Amino acid sequence: MKGWLLHHRQAAALAARRLAATPLNTLLGALVLGIALALPAGGEMLLANFQRLAQRVAATPQISVFMALDAAKGDVADVESRLRRHAQTREVRLVRRDDTLKRFKESEGLAEVIENLPRNPFPDAFVVVPRDEAPAALEAMRDEFAKYPRVEHVQLDSAWVKKLDALLRLTRLAVALLAAVLGVALVAVTFNTIRLQILTQRDEMEVSRLLGATDAYIRRPFLYFGALQGLAGGLVAWLAVLGATFLLRGPVGEVARLYGIEFSMHILPFPDTALLFGLAALLGWLGAWLSLSRHLAK
Amino acid sequence: MIRFDRVGKRYPGGIAALAELTFAVESGEMIVLSGHSGAGKSTLLKLIPAIERPTQGAVVVNGQNVAALKRAAVPYLRRNIGMIFQDQKLLFDRSVFDNVMLPLAIAGVALRDAGRRVRAALDKVGLLERERAMPVALSGGEQQRLAIARAVVARPAILVADEPTAHLDDATAADIAAMFHAFNQVGVTVLVATHHEALFAPYMTRRVVLSRGRIAQ
Repeated sequence: MKGWLLHHRQAAALAARRLAATPLNTLLGALVLGIALALPAGGEMLLANFQRLAQRVAATPQISVFMALDAAKGDVADVESRLRRHAQTREVRLVRRDDTLKRFKESEGLAEVIENLPRNPFPDAFVVVPRDEAPAALEAMRDEFAKYPRVEHVQLDSAWVKKLDALLRLTRLAVALLAAVLGVALVAVTFNTIRLQILTQRDEMEVSRLLGATDAYIRRPFLYFGALQGLAGGLVAWLAVLGATFLLRGPVGEVARLYGIEFSMHILPFPDTALLFGLAALLGWLGAWLSLSRHLAK
Repeated sequence: MIRFDRVGKRYPGGIAALAELTFAVESGEMIVLSGHSGAGKSTLLKLIPAIERPTQGAVVVNGQNVAALKRAAVPYLRRNIGMIFQDQKLLFDRSVFDNVMLPLAIAGVALRDAGRRVRAALDKVGLLERERAMPVALSGGEQQRLAIARAVVARPAILVADEPTAHLDDATAADIAAMFHAFNQVGVTVLVATHHEALFAPYMTRRVVLSRGRIAQ
């Protein structure tokens, strides 16, 4: 057991020395692997943030009930009363047309357009938070509210969240496919790096074999080399994603504020970071293992 | 300790290097293998650590039939045999110390103990003061002594040497022969293939002469 641990310690140290002995090659290799890993890792970071944003924007589905433009105050009060009495509504908020107009006038870029309109184009509206969030219940409520007098239009606000969710799922799948393709590329790069290493270490491998080295002993430093190179690539990818997060944080926050949302981008979450480093090391190890197995089988 | 039983070795292409070879080496012997170039001396030595496998017969080393040994078991056989190759097979990008350390690193000997044993082996061959030197900085005789130190550092029971005095001047070659005698004196079984029989004559217990892959005498 002690001998086995000693072999591992020596193999890891030897791999680290080989990496340190050729700093430029190591840096270039890490950059190639890092850029390949940064694409799916960056995609995952963006997805995680957009998912958070989507959850914040519409954690619960809402129903918007728009009155007719010429609806009288009495009509609005009647509909408000019906909505508040409805057994399936949890919360009803009236958004007055004057308030909506005021808000749009304060919006950058829209003020001038709104000022030039002959009359207030916005109707009075209600934002209804339902008790039952089941799609069938929501659709039933939508149809019922649409029949209330002087109601012009009813909109189920969960529809776009569903679409966004479907889009996010699709994007996640695309990121996973990209990660798989680039993972294969990472294995291929490591395979080739190790193949070149084998060529330069051939004498040492041959002598070691003659002196009683097992295949595992010969393989070990190369496996550590592959794993360490993968980790270095993972570190480059993580730094690239971290840099991109900080660069995007300001502009994305500004855009979110324009939509009335306070949002700050988060860095890659810890489980994803751990997965990035783990996968990078594993793929590097795999590339080295494949390369060594091919050589040792000869 | 080592037994060759009707051993034949035929290389791809049909060249017969050894045929119907039968002889035994007892523990503690010092055997000199001689014969003309191509007689089969190197092939015979390579059969002992399973660098080559016989195509016929059995080679038994310490009770194990090397011919039938599984690939995974070969490294463990080799760790008990010290080998000195015709071309020495030194690692020229490693220091003298690290070259001798290699068999101990492979065997998983603890670093402190390994360091002590490396220095003892280098001391035996007179290279202790050159432990930090690179092999390329050594003379031919010193390189051969380095190869010997590497072969004996793991304290093998068997020492196999293929032309250890080739390309050396007479005085250095005599030193090397004496060194083999010293190892034999402490119980190591030694097999040396050489053209310089006279150098080893005072120390050998037996001579085996090969001719065209067979024992001539």
